[in-house]
Parts: sequence; structure tokens; C-alpha cells
Amino acid sequence: MCKQTKWLQRCLSAIAVFAALLGVRPAPAQEPLKVVATFSILADFVHNVGGDRVAVHALVGANGDVHVYQPTPADAKLVAGAKVVVVNGLGYEGWLDRLIRASATKLKPIVASEGIKPRRSSGHGHDHGHSHGQFDPHAWQSVANAKIYVINIRNALIAADPAGKPAYEANAAAYLAKLEALEREVRQTAARIPPERRRIVTSHDSFGYFAEAYGLEMLAAQGVSTGTQPSAKEIAALIRQIKARKIGGVFMENITDPRLIERIAKETGARIGGVLYSDALTAPDGPAPTYIDLIRHNIRMLAAALVG
Amino acid sequence: MLYDLFIAPFAEFEFMRRALAGAFALALGAGPIGVFLMLRRMSLVGDAMAHAILPGAAIGFLIAGLNLFAVAAGGLIAGFVIALAAGLITRATALKEDASLAAFFLISLAVGVTIVSMRGSNIDLLRFLFGSVLALDDATLLLIAANATISQFGLALIFRPLVLECVDPVFLRSVSGAGAWAHIAFLALLVINLVSGFHALGTLLAVGIMMLPAIAARFWARDITTMITIAVATGIVSGYAGLLLSYHTSVPSGPGIILVAGMFYGISVLFGRVDGVVRQLFPGRHLEA
Repeated sequence: MCKQTKWLQRCLSAIAVFAALLGVRPAPAQEPLKVVATFSILADFVHNVGGDRVAVHALVGANGDVHVYQPTPADAKLVAGAKVVVVNGLGYEGWLDRLIRASATKLKPIVASEGIKPRRSSGHGHDHGHSHGQFDPHAWQSVANAKIYVINIRNALIAADPAGKPAYEANAAAYLAKLEALEREVRQTAARIPPERRRIVTSHDSFGYFAEAYGLEMLAAQGVSTGTQPSAKEIAALIRQIKARKIGGVFMENITDPRLIERIAKETGARIGGVLYSDALTAPDGPAPTYIDLIRHNIRMLAAALVG
Repeated sequence: MLYDLFIAPFAEFEFMRRALAGAFALALGAGPIGVFLMLRRMSLVGDAMAHAILPGAAIGFLIAGLNLFAVAAGGLIAGFVIALAAGLITRATALKEDASLAAFFLISLAVGVTIVSMRGSNIDLLRFLFGSVLALDDATLLLIAANATISQFGLALIFRPLVLECVDPVFLRSVSGAGAWAHIAFLALLVINLVSGFHALGTLLAVGIMMLPAIAARFWARDITTMITIAVATGIVSGYAGLLLSYHTSVPSGPGIILVAGMFYGISVLFGRVDGVVRQLFPGRHLEA
């Protein structure tokens, strides 16, 4: 009885190995693994882990806004043709389900934020109608979370293309080391900002993770989402808030109305600190073409306005 | 108490004062244009023109970024080209103005959307659609005020032929050739006002501050001067009340202004002195007074 079971087990595992071998026959000469990521920052992660073995496409490209993105038939086609679909999760891509259904793909999207400690959304006392649900989805703003993203993406790529495992592991290790160095740099720089200047206003409430990780306090000019228009009441409340509390600086972002921020800064006398990038990379010739550039740019902007 | 409700918001915040100044200038410029559009049965032409301007503004934006001058110039050029082309074709062929405008604005809208899609980033164009009356900087405010001034003087110049053309275009054509020129100048003024309007209210709602006060005014006056006065006054009050509405209830400002204008329209339809619903239903009661 016992012997029989063992024999059966061995037989089964042999079949499994054989089947696995059949399934993972290397793709015909050099065909890159097709990966679709929902936005530019995820695509940058995939590109760093996958290297030449993957061809990654971002549905929402540089300077685009995921909040207001409308999927196109071409995007559905891309998703249908992809071997791996990487999404942020935490309710960030509200349009995703429709797109997946439209593309009729059998793939289950890889949720890059899986395993991070989600932060509750900070509703500023009023509902904006276009929130992402109960959690703040902009988890990549903390470099520690970005490392988890990279590990999730590495595992997903290995699962989809086991032959590339050594390459993916080496790439991921090298990239994780870079992120490690980046995090040290951010922490050192953040530590130089004097405590009384650690309150900042940005045009878009997506720096929650960043602020929490590096000991800053970031207030939004426009609530969680960029998809809504501010009312006079909200702007007035914000100006009062800036005047009443000591706000070190006002920072603009690449995706909401800079004139509005300028107006607020003029009216309150707070310092304007330039553009912080949050949800999208810039074009290659911009200041934040990669994730590492983006974080480094942001912390340098903050330090430049707030230190000294 | 009353001070807190009606004046304090503007006394305390500069952005409210700027928004108010912008709304007043818009109402001054757009009100008379709206009245003429309505009298000439071109109420929807304003809407068509607003759409025709958007692609021009988009091209200006793509070339020079968020530069006020480039965006305004792009919008003006696109608007003028469409208005002129539509006007000329109307005069030269059997096509009616609404038909030729519809053709042109649809084509230009399609061209604009194509250009925008090629660029890939659409977020700044949303600003053109919805505007930002709360974020008027000096340059934008000056542009709006300058356009309102040009609009006033321009309208004064072409006022007589324009009125004649409203009333009796055939007579005007028989005595003078000014009709065609007045018409083209009028379309140019329309474009100027729409370009100012979209900086504050966005292309879609800019037409609202033009048409709603004008249509409301139609229910209170029979002669054109009074109608224009009422339209401008309604526009100004709508701007003021809409900003207060946005300040006290967190309705977005642009839609707030248009909503108040819409309310005036509703009241005028019901209670207007000239052909209002109540007036038509109970003519006797009013005659006693």
C-alpha cells in the first residue's frame, strides 16, 4: 500500500515535470515577453526588472493622468496580446475591470502593490465624489513600498517566463540595491528639513506615503483626486489653513492647474517650491523620466525650498 | 451677518475678487453678443463656435505649452478661420449658416481630437473644457478685460447694420453692402468673447454666460437696448451669486455661475413680463394693474 502510493507519487511528479517542460518550451528566438503596465511608473519598474527580455507598454504614458484616463480599443487589444498585465491595485485603476473584460483576456492582472501596508485615504472632511475607496493607492511614493512592487513584478515575470529567471533575479537585485541607496539619500535629505517647515501643500493629495515615510506633513490643495473641480469654499478653506498653520511651502504638480497653486501662494505668502511629480513620469527629456529620478527630483525640490 | 454672507468672502480673499472681476468682464462682453445671437436665431452657433475654438487652443498649447498668448492666439485663429469660412460659404452658396458652421466645427473638432491623441497627454486640455475662474492671474484677467473692451467698441461700430440685419436683412442688402461685413465682424467678436470665456469657465460653459442671460432678458423687454442692459445685468448678478454659491456650498465655481444664470432663465420663462408663462395664462390680472 505504502509502496504503491510512493510509486504513484513518483510517476505523477515525473508527469508534472514533463508537462512543465512542455509548457515552458523557450519562446521562438528572442521574442520579448509582452507586458502591459497601467501607468508609466509601473512600466519603469517592469523595464528595470525585465531588461531586454520584456517589451513593456504603459497604458497611461508619461505626463498622463490615470484618474481621467479612458481606455481605447487599441488598449484592449494590447491587453489581449500581453503575457503579463501589471496593475497598481488599491482601487487606483477604476477603469481596469471594464478594460479586462473588453479585451477578453484570460490573464489575471498582477497587483504590484500586494503586500504593502495600505494607508487609509485622508478625506479632508469632505467627500470629493471621485475617491479611490478607503485606501490611498499612491503607495509607490515610499521607496520601501517600491521595493515590494519590484519583488512582486520580478516574481510575476519569472512565473510567466521561467527561462529568464536568472536574468530577472540579477536585474531585480541590482535595481533593489539602487532603490536602497535612493532611500538612504531621501532619508538623509529629509532629515535636514527643520521641524517647523515640515508642513507642505501640494496640488494633489498623492504624497501620503511619501510624507508618512519621511516625516513630513503634506496637505492637498485639491483633495484625493484630480478629476474634480475645486470650489471657492475649498480654496478659501485651504488659504485659511495655510495662514493659520505654519506652512513651509506650496508645491505644484505636473497634472493639475499650476495657476491655482500660484494664486494660493501669492495670497498666503508661502514659498512656491516648483513641481513635484507624483503619478506619472515625464518625457525622457523632462526632470523625472524614471522612478528614481522622480523621487530624487521630489526630495531635492523639497529640500531646496525648505532647508535654510 | 449679511456682511459675512455677501461681502466678507470678497473682502477676505483676493482670488474671490479676481474671479468676480473676471465674471463681470465676461458678462459685459458676452451679454450683448448673446442677445444678437438669440435675435438672429443663432443661439446654438455660439456652442458650435466654442467647439471650433478648442482645437486651435489645443494646437497652441501643443506648440508652446501652457502659454496664455499661444493658447489664446490658437483659439482666436481657429475661431476666425471657422467663422470666416462658414460665413463666406453661407453667402456664396445655398447652404444656411447653421449647416456650414456645423460642418466646419465638426471637422475642426475631429482634427483637434486627433492632434491631442497624438500628443498623448490630455490632462491640460481638460482645463480648457472646464476653465478655472478661481485661478485668474494678471495676464488672464487683462486678456478677459481687454477682450470685453474690444467687444464693446466693436459692437458699437456695427450696431446699426447688425440691428437692421436682424430685422430686415433684405432691405439692408438693397441699400448697402455693410451687412456682410457687419456679420463677419460680429462673428469675430463672438470668437473673442469665447476665447476669454474659456480661460475662466472653459469652452463649454463660456457659452452659458453668453446665452442664458440673453435668453432670460428676452422675457423682460421688447426693444434691443433694454434687452442688452438686462442681459448684462443678469450676467453680472449671476457671476456674483454663482461665486457666493460656490463659496458657501462648495459647488464648483464655473458651474455655480451658470446654474445661477439658469435659475434666472427659469424665473424669466415663468414670470417674464413679455410672453412669460404666467403672463400668458392670466393676462387679465396683469392688465388691471
